Amino acid sequence: MSDAVQSLSRFLPELILMGALAVVIVADLLTQRRPLKSSTDLLNGITLVGLFGALVTSWQALGAVEAQSLFASMLADDGLLGVFRPIFCLTSIVVLLLSMRSKELEGVRLGEMLALLLTVTAALMWMAGSVNLVMIYLSLETVSVASYIMVGYLSSDRLSNEASLKYILFGAVSTGAMLFGLSLLYGMTGTLDLYGVRAALAEGAFGPGLLFVLILIAAGIGFKIAAAPFHFWCPDVYTGAPTPVTAFLSVGPKAAGFAILIRFFYLGLAEPAGGGAIAPVGGADWQMLLMMLAVITMTLGNVAALLQTNVKRLLAYSSIAHAGTMLMAACVLSVDGVQAIAAYLAIYLFMNLGAFAVVILAHRVTGSFEIDSYAGFWKRSPLLTVAMGIFLFSLMGIPPFAGFLAKWYVFAAVINAGLGWLAVIGVLNAAVAAFYYVKILRVMVIDQETGPTPALAFSRLDLGLLVLLVVPNVLGLLFWGSLDRVTEYSQTLLDLG
Amino acid sequence: MIPLEHYLYISAALFSLGVFGVLTRRNAVNVLMSIELIFNSANINLVAFSRFVEGALGGQVFALLVIVIAACEAAVALAIVMSLYRVMKNVNLDEAAELKG
Repeated sequence: MSDAVQSLSRFLPELILMGALAVVIVADLLTQRRPLKSSTDLLNGITLVGLFGALVTSWQALGAVEAQSLFASMLADDGLLGVFRPIFCLTSIVVLLLSMRSKELEGVRLGEMLALLLTVTAALMWMAGSVNLVMIYLSLETVSVASYIMVGYLSSDRLSNEASLKYILFGAVSTGAMLFGLSLLYGMTGTLDLYGVRAALAEGAFGPGLLFVLILIAAGIGFKIAAAPFHFWCPDVYTGAPTPVTAFLSVGPKAAGFAILIRFFYLGLAEPAGGGAIAPVGGADWQMLLMMLAVITMTLGNVAALLQTNVKRLLAYSSIAHAGTMLMAACVLSVDGVQAIAAYLAIYLFMNLGAFAVVILAHRVTGSFEIDSYAGFWKRSPLLTVAMGIFLFSLMGIPPFAGFLAKWYVFAAVINAGLGWLAVIGVLNAAVAAFYYVKILRVMVIDQETGPTPALAFSRLDLGLLVLLVVPNVLGLLFWGSLDRVTEYSQTLLDLG
Repeated sequence: MIPLEHYLYISAALFSLGVFGVLTRRNAVNVLMSIELIFNSANINLVAFSRFVEGALGGQVFALLVIVIAACEAAVALAIVMSLYRVMKNVNLDEAAELKG
């Protein structure tokens, strides 16, 4: 009992989100008869306050207290969760702002969407904190089921429905495979606790059987982070979903998937080897498994992105490629890799959501997601073109933009771990990626538009949103020290060295 | 008493049937039924292991939670299938292929 009460006091960001969720649901019911505009403004305001409260409390909790397990060892409140919480809150805040400006969501009642956004944000935090097989499955499914509904939110739109159906079928099969793997792992070790799993695996060599189980579980986690070969849903779902939801899926669940990946492999399948390094237990070479996933994911994402003509589809493959880059850092087998992933995600949030913000603002005017429709943007709106340029150069990893810092963290960790060949593949992939990012810019700057070219006008909210997203990308290198200090907390995983 | 292996054979068979169904069926509702087989194969595993491993009751609790989650997922999936049917007038997965590239 006292454990539960004590745990609640360290559960404040999640509690605030749950409170906001309850208020949003009630407020949505009470304002059903009010005009759409006023009720949407009210609900957006409540959601924003809730997310902002969660952001502030999670920021305050970051690194302020000792790592501890919560709710009878279901969750771990440690540095890793501490660093991921603000990432989730920031993602949801930006996505909320994007949804206010999205043409696709105009004239649609957003009450349920906002309730789902709050639910998913809280569930992402549970994902990042879970240290029990039940909790891993439960939080992963909470995120999945809520995202299925968000993807299919435009119920009269055929593409949105089709994307949602594909998402739920792929999702259910991958989580089903993962569940089967978890049940076998439970049989092998006799416990559901990750630390218990580690202790049981350390006592014997399980070899190929364990590897089979790990491949099944990797299907579930790989689905969440959109790693090849579990990525098939990704391009279709990203194209069909309302764009703000696409933006959310490309950052939030991906980040939480990496948190679960780290927890599962670094805590459950490895033991501390001193100095922040870890050594795999149980006789299954899961480092090799992750390296294979990383190489396939990066290469497939980048090569397929070269062929795309739809900008949402292109960004889908680009997000697959970024997942591959982060997977490289997961192969490092030390807390350096964990910090690299956390830093990468913190920067990836701003560059990727920035690119989606430009896509949404452009869609307001052109009504299209085809890259060709961006022709002549340099003349119509230099501001939007420059912003897109900054986001794309950041995604490429070119200095002085923040994306360079993200790439630097990953490659430094990989090279320090003696995986030079993996770093070489990563650099080659980064070079390929430059082609398709530049292709978008080339269309915007060089290609001439055939029809009439009215100048684009933007509201204050649009400009504020762009500034919010551009500034971290431009000034990223100046804040290297603070980023380093903050993400360093992610190295203190509960009970790891 | 029935030995543990028999439960595992059944669950492995169910899992394989489920995967086979997912890969071969073209009707969305049939695919959903195959997915239920996958979930229940894991449930059999969980309960069987819980019975045969000394002092490990967690598996039974896990199985209960899986049943609840599977019900939620089925509810959402059927709602989406209904919604797609309203737009498309059938639930054949081969025809739900406007998104590709």
